[in-house]
Amino acid sequence: MTNEAATIGLTHGASEDTGLGHRGPESKSIVVPYGFWLFVLSDMVLFSALFATYATLAHATDGGPTSNQLFDRNLVAVETLALLISSFTCGLAMIAAKRGNMLWTQGWLLVTGLLGAVFLFIELYEFATMIGEGAGPQRSAFLSAFFTLVGCHGAHVTVGLLWIGTMMAQIWAKGFREHIMRRLLCLSVFWHALDIIWVAIFTIVYLIGTLP
Amino acid sequence: MFGKLTWDAIPFHDPIPLVTSLVVILVVLGVGIWVWRNGWWPALYHGYITSTDHKKIGIMYIVLALLMLVRGFADAIMMRLQQSLAIGASQGYLPPEHYNQIFSAHGTIMIFFVAMPFVIGFMNFVVPLQLGVRDVAFPTMNNVSFWLTASGALLVNISLFLGEFSRTGWLAYPPLSELEFSPGVGVDYYLVALQISGVGTVLTAVNFVTTILKTRAPGMSYLRMPVFCWTSLASNLIILAAFPVLTVSLALLMLDRYLGFHFFTNDGGGNSMLYMNLIWVWGHPEVYILVLPAFGIYSEVAATFSGKPLFGYRSMVFATMVICIVSLMVWLHHFFTMGAGANINAIFGIASMIIGIPTGVKIYNWLFTMYGGRVRFTVPMYYLIGFMLTFVGGGLTGVLLAIPPVDFVVHNSLFLVAHFHHVIIGGVVFALMAGYTYWFPKAFGFTLDERLGKMICWCWFIGFHLAFMPLYVIGFWGGTRRLQHISDPSWAPWLNVALLGAVIIGVGIVLTVVQLLYSIKTRDQRRDVTGDPWDGRTLEWLTLSPPPHYNFAVLPDVHGEEAYWIRKQTAIKQDALIDEPDYQPIEMPIDTPTGVICAFFASLCGFAVIWHIWWLAILGLVGAFAVFVWYAWQDEHEHIIPVEEVRANARERRRIRMEHLHTLSQST
Repeated sequence: MTNEAATIGLTHGASEDTGLGHRGPESKSIVVPYGFWLFVLSDMVLFSALFATYATLAHATDGGPTSNQLFDRNLVAVETLALLISSFTCGLAMIAAKRGNMLWTQGWLLVTGLLGAVFLFIELYEFATMIGEGAGPQRSAFLSAFFTLVGCHGAHVTVGLLWIGTMMAQIWAKGFREHIMRRLLCLSVFWHALDIIWVAIFTIVYLIGTLP
Repeated sequence: MFGKLTWDAIPFHDPIPLVTSLVVILVVLGVGIWVWRNGWWPALYHGYITSTDHKKIGIMYIVLALLMLVRGFADAIMMRLQQSLAIGASQGYLPPEHYNQIFSAHGTIMIFFVAMPFVIGFMNFVVPLQLGVRDVAFPTMNNVSFWLTASGALLVNISLFLGEFSRTGWLAYPPLSELEFSPGVGVDYYLVALQISGVGTVLTAVNFVTTILKTRAPGMSYLRMPVFCWTSLASNLIILAAFPVLTVSLALLMLDRYLGFHFFTNDGGGNSMLYMNLIWVWGHPEVYILVLPAFGIYSEVAATFSGKPLFGYRSMVFATMVICIVSLMVWLHHFFTMGAGANINAIFGIASMIIGIPTGVKIYNWLFTMYGGRVRFTVPMYYLIGFMLTFVGGGLTGVLLAIPPVDFVVHNSLFLVAHFHHVIIGGVVFALMAGYTYWFPKAFGFTLDERLGKMICWCWFIGFHLAFMPLYVIGFWGGTRRLQHISDPSWAPWLNVALLGAVIIGVGIVLTVVQLLYSIKTRDQRRDVTGDPWDGRTLEWLTLSPPPHYNFAVLPDVHGEEAYWIRKQTAIKQDALIDEPDYQPIEMPIDTPTGVICAFFASLCGFAVIWHIWWLAILGLVGAFAVFVWYAWQDEHEHIIPVEEVRANARERRRIRMEHLHTLSQST
């Protein structure tokens, strides 16, 4: 009898362990980043569709310039370096935030944002040069796909910069509260994800595109 | 100043859209005034529009779906009428450019703004209750998702009054949908509306996958979740994997149209078959996004009204997840005629047929659930049986279409149209109507009229078969889809039967309104005082009808499949509830106008993009960002419900349940 009563009990305490995520709702510090991870995954799917498009159209140059004629490995190397270092400084900002150090957090976030801006500036410079040479996105299907894939990543970096600015203001005004820390974590997930996508762009678009 | 928008956009010369839109505007204004004169605006604003309560949001989704169902059905009956009239010498009453808008709007509205919100509405209302929790993982984002969907629906309907809608079919295939061949704003309405509602759908998927995987009542392990939760999980995983691809395909088409890119154009190296591939990488999984939750509804209905646990629960879960994965690997069967080669066609054909296996498992599971059970023939059960009879046929014609040589013959014919209506009406719509009847008392505290409900079910069942079986026949004879004029008079009798079927479905839809009004009028005789009107088995029947905002005073402890059934049976046997728990204050999210303001700016921005009003588009974007930052800046996102209130409500609920269980235990 007591056994049966226990199995239907509305006891709020310990429930039996079935080993499969059963202990009741997780706390917000788990739920929020988890949801954000899912969003980032859906973003990756979005990019994968753009990669597929690029792969399909990479040789559809319509008699226009090809990737070998357009891309400059050196410029892209600088661009890549800026973005990779920004990921590192983003990590440093997270460490500083965990320690509750306002000055270093703001400083590293600023450096991250500046490096992101450098990346964006080089990308825009590359775009402007290409368009100036008559190799704009309207020239051929290949260039449409190139500008869309790389530009979509650039748009994500722009959003990231807006977000970094907003977070810096929020940390300044509100300090390291729990929900601010959660947002900071999401921001860093986002920023690192952009890095991963860039590595794929660097390889598939620029490295393979400049093979002799 | 106003881009392409001029007075010519209003269809003064075209009586059908003009009169329709005037009537719609008058009705909307009338309802607004009626609500205002009764003093219901504050209740509507705080109770629904700004609500973060998953139940209220679910109800709003379903209201949206029902309204759009009327719009989509109006399109359907106009098409059937045109095809019955425009035979031989007669040209019917719809000119081609209008007819083409109607079939495009019908498909777009029925899939994106009827089926999707209906299904998502049920997920919203049911999943947190079945999981034994108080809300979804991100309640405010949930409200935003709804309003973005509504914003998309709004834009599609504005196209009736301002400008035109797409004439390119529900998937807007290029090159027809390119600027060169569709220079008007129709395709832009289509693209922008779907982009906005698509964002809402992806956010919904993020929300529900997180909710189902991370927030469940204590003790509810994966293999104790009700099947509807499993199918919702599968459906949302597919959304997460497929909807971003829709976003990309539509975005690329927009770039072609707005900025002169060359993705799908005939010139510049564009490749229109790339669009077919991308859109169907989304489009085929979309079918399973709709039908898997429908299967979930049937599973709940079968178990409840057979008075037995679902037969083969684990095989059901397994079949669901197999469909979830295989659904992403069959898209090419929508264009076997592309010429990808025999081997590729064979692979996709076989993959498509493989989906029939887990689906067959499910059909047998429902049959065996009924077998040996004490079956109550209620309205949802009618739909279940009607579904099983209908859906098997639709599935079989699907297997036929999955055979590439057969597909080459009937590709793009009315045979195909008959097939997908067969599975979507027979599979999804029947389930939605069953779910509507099944969960209505939980939402509003009284049941729907049973007799009218059965009449509606018969209307759908008979109407569907009359409307679509003739299309199989004509399709076999070579009848192409989307014909504005029929040149072969021998099809006339079949088309007239199809029209009769559509009229009967129309009677069903009218009766649905009658049923709702009649049930509201007689609600005092049909109250659900116990919270468990159907002798249910899952946790949503544990609370009162309608449930309090926080659903459960204390999160239920789950000890096995059918969490509520075990608890109920033990309580009946012992003639006692479990000891009163220690109540705590409850933290709930506060209402917020964020969603509706965001959607306002999204609609503004979308409208501006459609009509090339660039300053307004920028204003809309800046506005949306400002709202976002404003919301993020707020400190208070939750309020506390005091323990006294929780305790008082819970005691009242316990008293009612005790009485109910007492009568039950006396009767056994």
